[in-house]
Amino acid sequence: MSKRVLLVEDEPNIIEAIRFILSRDGWAVDTHVDGASAVDKVLAGPPDVLVLDVMLPGKSGFDILKELRAEPATVDLPVLMLTAKGQGRDRELAERYGVTCFMTKPFANAEVLDTVNALKAGALGQV
Amino acid sequence: MMGRKQADLARSVGISPSYLNLIEHNRRRIGGKLIQDIARELGVEPSALTEGAEAALLNALREAAVGHAGAGEELSRLEEFVGRFPGWARLLADTRQRATALEHSVEVLSDRMTHDPFLSASLHEVISTVTAIRSTATILAETRDIDPEWRERFHRNMAEESARLAESAEALVRYLDEASSTEFTGSTPQEELDGWLRDAQFFVPDLEGDTPAEPAEIVRGTEALRSSAAQALAEAYLTDYRRDAARMPLEAFLDAAVAQRFDPAALAMRFGVDLAAVFRRIAALPAERIGAEIALVACDGSGTLTFRKPVEGFPLPRYSAACPLWPLYQALARPMSPVRQWVELGGRNPRRFLAFAVCQPSQPTGFDGPQVLEATMLVLPSELADDTQPAQVFEIGTSCRICSRSDCAARREPSIMAQVF
Repeated sequence: MSKRVLLVEDEPNIIEAIRFILSRDGWAVDTHVDGASAVDKVLAGPPDVLVLDVMLPGKSGFDILKELRAEPATVDLPVLMLTAKGQGRDRELAERYGVTCFMTKPFANAEVLDTVNALKAGALGQV
Repeated sequence: MMGRKQADLARSVGISPSYLNLIEHNRRRIGGKLIQDIARELGVEPSALTEGAEAALLNALREAAVGHAGAGEELSRLEEFVGRFPGWARLLADTRQRATALEHSVEVLSDRMTHDPFLSASLHEVISTVTAIRSTATILAETRDIDPEWRERFHRNMAEESARLAESAEALVRYLDEASSTEFTGSTPQEELDGWLRDAQFFVPDLEGDTPAEPAEIVRGTEALRSSAAQALAEAYLTDYRRDAARMPLEAFLDAAVAQRFDPAALAMRFGVDLAAVFRRIAALPAERIGAEIALVACDGSGTLTFRKPVEGFPLPRYSAACPLWPLYQALARPMSPVRQWVELGGRNPRRFLAFAVCQPSQPTGFDGPQVLEATMLVLPSELADDTQPAQVFEIGTSCRICSRSDCAARREPSIMAQVF
């Protein structure tokens, strides 16, 4: 059974690293760099797990998350949010908008891999 | 101190010209012996020299008494206090000024901490690069059977990201260095520029004549301009100055200005320049050549003062907003309509000034870009003006808090002076 993950992130070298880690674990990795068109991209073919950066060109990760949660097709989509900002307000906001999991940069590779796999297995519930 | 070169006077009493300049603008205390010496050199009574300083001291103390219950009740005895204990009064005023400056820099700093876009953007940059480096380095260290082509690629990415990290870390350090060396002294970039221009008496000899210096060079060679923000402000100011000086050469302009009794419109026609340029050029004329000091203020579309050259009898507010009745703001409300008004500031011995003001819009980013407004006001002392019998004189002030006009229609906040008069 194939596992599909969509990575929405605008830093090319972070994209490359995450893509490598997840691909080696058997994931089919799709990437997208533009915030403004990210919602359309997700709705066109929802992945098993969405990895979403906060600071994106065009539209913030928070707004993307909010819009996805308003769509029936993605209301329960597992979303792992990445942010360069500390815990406080960003985490609160992400939780209010219905994030499944939240991780701050710089992350450890193993942590990303474990979390994405756990999200796919449904082991991590809504926070 | 008209008609006499400041440098000569300073030399004859054994102090530096810049120190004398600071004394003149009440930025340094003057000792009894020095007052006697200067008075003797100038052939005047010592009290004539200290009157201006005393008025400034009284004003500073009145401002300090705002909202202070005990001092407020004793405001009526302020002059007695200053008369009997000038040293203590000076100390109180200086301490108060220092406290205000510090409060101001705390405001600047806390504003920076919470809203500073540069700090937030560069930290984000650092975190992003560190994330890429950490992730890539882990892959290289932990993946034993990595394909040579991928290894190459990750090495390249690492090099790229580390260069970026070094750059953003350097920019951060530079920025924080600058913040600690200048902002903590309690001055804003604008104040740094103001202080330097005041010491130079708003005249830049290097930019006069046929071979003017480069503004950037002058800025580089000026120690008093430390922060890069103040240097940028100074360079913009000097660039305008250089253009004005080229279009209105000093000697020709000086002759014409005196002949035309400082009529800005006549001078604008004569030299083919706009009114604001004439205002700036008049204000840069050396006081000893024209016999009096001329003030100039400018503000942007928000009313914030962006340039200030004060003169005796026309003090300018340092932090607080200015008097809303200034012709400057009337001009701001009516771009391109010149305003000419006789004005009188409050106080016991009010002096009259002839004010010219104009607001000129510009389109720095093109026809469809935002319109940027700048209003400029030239303030001539009455002895330089041509009509000495004005039909109407408008009463204005410096700033609401220290203004005694009790029936002012444009008052923004209560005055502390109202209780006194």
